[in-house]
Amino acid sequence: MTALESQVLEIMREDCRLPIEKIAVMTGASLVDVAAAVRTLEENKVILRYAPIVNWDKTDRERVEAMIEVRVTPQHEMGFDAVARRIYAFDEVRSVYLMSGSYDLLVLVQARTLKELAFFVSEKLSTLDTVTGTSTSFVLKRYKEDGVVFEEDHGDGRLVITP
Amino acid sequence: MNYDRYLNAAIAAVPPSGIRRFFDMASTMKGTISLGVGEPDFITPYHIRNAAINSLLAGETQYTANRGMLELREEIARYMQDRFGLSYDPKTDIVVTVGASEAIDTALRAITGPGDEVLVPEPSYVSYSPSVIFAGGTPVPIVTTRETEFRLTPEALRAAITPRTKALILPYPNNPTGAIMEREDLEKIAEVVREKEILVLSDEIYGELTYGGRKHVSFGTMPGMAPYTITLNCFSKSFAMTGWRVGFACGPAPLMEVINKIHQYAILCAPRQGQAAALEALRAGRENGYEDVTKMREAYDRRRRLMLAGFRDMGLDCFEPLGAFYVFPSIQKTGLSSEEFCQRLLREKQVACVPGNAFAPCGEGHIRCSYATGVDKLNTALERIAAFIQSL
Repeated sequence: MTALESQVLEIMREDCRLPIEKIAVMTGASLVDVAAAVRTLEENKVILRYAPIVNWDKTDRERVEAMIEVRVTPQHEMGFDAVARRIYAFDEVRSVYLMSGSYDLLVLVQARTLKELAFFVSEKLSTLDTVTGTSTSFVLKRYKEDGVVFEEDHGDGRLVITP
Repeated sequence: MNYDRYLNAAIAAVPPSGIRRFFDMASTMKGTISLGVGEPDFITPYHIRNAAINSLLAGETQYTANRGMLELREEIARYMQDRFGLSYDPKTDIVVTVGASEAIDTALRAITGPGDEVLVPEPSYVSYSPSVIFAGGTPVPIVTTRETEFRLTPEALRAAITPRTKALILPYPNNPTGAIMEREDLEKIAEVVREKEILVLSDEIYGELTYGGRKHVSFGTMPGMAPYTITLNCFSKSFAMTGWRVGFACGPAPLMEVINKIHQYAILCAPRQGQAAALEALRAGRENGYEDVTKMREAYDRRRRLMLAGFRDMGLDCFEPLGAFYVFPSIQKTGLSSEEFCQRLLREKQVACVPGNAFAPCGEGHIRCSYATGVDKLNTALERIAAFIQSL
């Protein structure tokens, strides 16, 4: 990754809606170069998608989330990848991570209701023949996600004008 | 009761800071975006805050040595050597103070007597001249201008020196202009200092914040200048530690002895947890290549470019600031005074800037805009200022 790509990434990680003209000014690079850098980041799948961070508690949508610790039997010559692929193919699954420690995969799941989620675990996930055990924990409250704090801002903490 | 006869007339006569007036106005307005803040918007890095908490939990609640904890002074000596090439003995040449503000105050009190003149390049930080007066001396302003990018020129310095001149305050990187002094500039100043044998109080609190590939050059590293120089610095700007109130003064042992005497009687020591936090800031910085500082500087640099381009797009004359976190555009073409400009901008568009005349009469015609604020707010502020200028 070039120094410019790295700078562009740093800026867009904070606010991906910032116009390219502004990013050019901020990095001191030309518009053409910044546009090329963004394109490269996209083409190389460094940037995968531009999506908002949503506080669902402020919407009227019903939503249940859980983190499921999954123990699996790795498959011959495929390791954990094959089973991970089968798990992430479910629509309910938001994220899947291979973990070190006492379990193998961490699966973040969301559903509309508790019932739906229970159904997912008992009927879809646990029944996979490579899955040897699961432990489900429900998310009760989200405080911070991707560096963004969900609680009300306590303000700047600085005086309005200081010398 | 009339207290005039009780008050020290010379001190009572010093006008309150021009910033204060503006603060009272701005703090009552809702939805204001402030570009008037002279402190980082970053909060102190977590590991530094944690060091202070651990110090408290460990029961470190006592006074420290007057000059500050020895391990902190040792770390400061290493820092000044590594970052700025300055050599100080932690035992005799360094005093840890309550922010650089106390360092300015005690240094001036240590060297200034009645009739002594102290040279103050302007526009500059609001406390220099009052501190000279509080110390019993006479501040002598040296006007710096847009034409020389607000740098101090040897001609202007020479013209201001009289037989009563005791010292020069060298406030670079500069608040409010964002000006810096490069090696060639300092060499010429050093020549005058050598010839006239005056002291230099080099306020380098923004020394970590220089841009455009310019590394800060410390005046004390100019050949032969160490014996004439007191270097003032702090953790506030470099490590986002304004509220901790920890700074330091470094210089020749005989001067530091007297500075420490004032500090010892007036202050005793800088707050202990602040010192613990400062120690962590420097230790971690040395180990990780000052990554906190680098990250903040890079963020400031991006905002600096944004602000500079923003003001130039509005058609305002704005020289490129290469230090600190301020831009100092000229608003002369609007026909408004800096005070009128800032008051109307605040009332009509809810953006707070500081009028240039708050920093000296020669700051008139300019406004100070701090970019120690998030990019989204800076962009909104620029839009509002542009709309304001169009409406004139």
